[in-house]
Amino acid sequence: MDMNVKKKLGLKEKYALMTRSLGWETSYEPMDAVFPQTRYEGIRIHDWDKWEDPFRLTMDAYWKYQAEKERKLYAIVDAYAQNNGHLGVTDARYINALKIFLSAVPSLEYNAHRGFARLGRELPGVGPQIACQMQAIDEIRHAQTQIHSLSNYNRFYNGFHDWKHMNDRLWYLSVPKSFFEDACTCGPFEFIIAIGFSFEYVLTNLVFVPFISGAAYNGDMGAMTFGFSAQSDEARHMTLGLEVIKFMLEQDPANLPIIQAWIDKWVWRGVRLLSIVAMLMDYMLPKRIMSWKEAWEVYFEENGMALFKDLARYGIKVPDCVELIKKEKDHLSHQAWNAFYTAGKMTNFHTWLPTEEEMDWLSSKYPDTFDRLYRPRFEHYREMEKQGKRFYNTTLPMLCQVCQIPMLFTEADDPTQISYRQVTHQGDKYHFCSDHCQHIFEREPDKYVEAWLPAHQIWQGNCFAEGADPGAPDFDPLKSVLDYWHLVYGRDNLDFEGSEDQKNFAAWRAQATRN
Amino acid sequence: MPVVAIAPYVGVPKDTVDRFHGNQLLYVGWDRHLMFYAPVCLCLPPAMTFGELVRGPLAEAWSVHPQWSSIDWSAVRWLRSGEAFDPDFERSLADNGIGHKEVLRLQTPGLEALPGAV
Ligand SMILES: [Fe+2]
Ligand SMILES: [Fe+2]
Repeated sequence: MDMNVKKKLGLKEKYALMTRSLGWETSYEPMDAVFPQTRYEGIRIHDWDKWEDPFRLTMDAYWKYQAEKERKLYAIVDAYAQNNGHLGVTDARYINALKIFLSAVPSLEYNAHRGFARLGRELPGVGPQIACQMQAIDEIRHAQTQIHSLSNYNRFYNGFHDWKHMNDRLWYLSVPKSFFEDACTCGPFEFIIAIGFSFEYVLTNLVFVPFISGAAYNGDMGAMTFGFSAQSDEARHMTLGLEVIKFMLEQDPANLPIIQAWIDKWVWRGVRLLSIVAMLMDYMLPKRIMSWKEAWEVYFEENGMALFKDLARYGIKVPDCVELIKKEKDHLSHQAWNAFYTAGKMTNFHTWLPTEEEMDWLSSKYPDTFDRLYRPRFEHYREMEKQGKRFYNTTLPMLCQVCQIPMLFTEADDPTQISYRQVTHQGDKYHFCSDHCQHIFEREPDKYVEAWLPAHQIWQGNCFAEGADPGAPDFDPLKSVLDYWHLVYGRDNLDFEGSEDQKNFAAWRAQATRN
Repeated sequence: MPVVAIAPYVGVPKDTVDRFHGNQLLYVGWDRHLMFYAPVCLCLPPAMTFGELVRGPLAEAWSVHPQWSSIDWSAVRWLRSGEAFDPDFERSLADNGIGHKEVLRLQTPGLEALPGAV
């Protein structure tokens, strides 16, 4: 028998064989039963073959690239660990930014993996299936590399010891957790608009810059390396996010209002989530890269707007919330740090007051607001510190039902007045930080009435240490809640000044630089 | 639509009053006093009097503020769900029309002047 073996397939041919021709029309079962999740959101897709693959990558090439990335990454990370690279960071305060990162981000990556794995199964087109499968593998890789890189810090510093446990329980971590659980419980199309488009495409630089450039600026080669390695997958994710939205819009004009509502919702959800990033950029990096406000202006107001201009031909409009965000950019990071500094008994990282020099930097970056509104507040706390009464809020905060952030945001035009919104739904009151969170609730109340709000769960008695007896005469509720979080009082929390981290870092650095 | 779902779905509210062991949630904020970064979330018996609320949990939360002790309680303004409200300090929360998950705001005219809205 003659075998007509070609030595090597052309790129185009290989792509066709290894992606598109892997799909088939099912015959034992109707296609609708095989792909049951694609209709209930109201999105209409008429022809999956119209999907243009933005990157003609086949699985075999994908594995080869990714394996190479992994080899390089682990070589650098392990060398960094062996050489005690952590002692080279600018200042031990910086390490607290990593505690927030590890507490929040690997779980987001893992959930992104779950979401894209589901899409890789549920989307009927082979092109998007394979793109989503690749992204699913990327995302679990990101989670793994972050956990691996940061485990090194756990050998030396407090607060890293039980990030997964804390991610499911600790009050402020319900913000990122519920954000992603909201996305994962959406239909497949909303999920990809939420994560693939709104988060990865529109907002990704605002996460990348503070954490990864922040790491580079502050001498943290370990975090910088996994950051760049993850970022190298990002171009593919962003292209997928953009392709998917264009494809959906081109398939049917009826898709436009549905997609617009999702963009409005998820840009807002994403920006609320980034409040903590804003604070990290302005307050937690000993060596600053740029202010939150500057980052917002460059990456959203310039780049993001250019994107929306591009989508205008499909009828997509800039989300309404952008007006409010523009006003909040002068306040966000200060209000968030004010909250965490004063809630410092309940955090798995240390907090501190900005130094005089840092306050001057903040005034120069926020000339309209810092000296008028925030410097006096920090000076008041400094005065209390001097009197030996470092200020801690020990009450539980009122939370927004949707974003789950404490109600710390002020009215758009009055930065001294907390913004309150409320609705009554089926006889119960619900409260929100903003019109936008309220609207999200009103569109799907049955989803958000189920929110697991940490403050309420604590009051219901669901967050005490295992075996605790709330009726016992010596029962201390705050202590019991900290135990439930696996947070060690006096070691993981409180001010940086006087912390074990501060002392250890100073001692180890002295050892490394002197005889 | 109450929720976009593959099959009809009815949400089960997580914070109904029956889950708080006879108590109810109450949120209270002190307007323009932002060293308290958010309104407090309290869980109280509905039979507690308004006076006990002020002298108990609110004092505990806020008396660290330098202005707390100078508040003239006959001159303060209260808002309940955003509307002006005149509480009776001797009567219970329930009798003052304060139900589960109500939000109160305390306004102290004349005591708003600390720089930076501390
Ligand atoms: Fe990722
Ligand atoms: Fe909110």
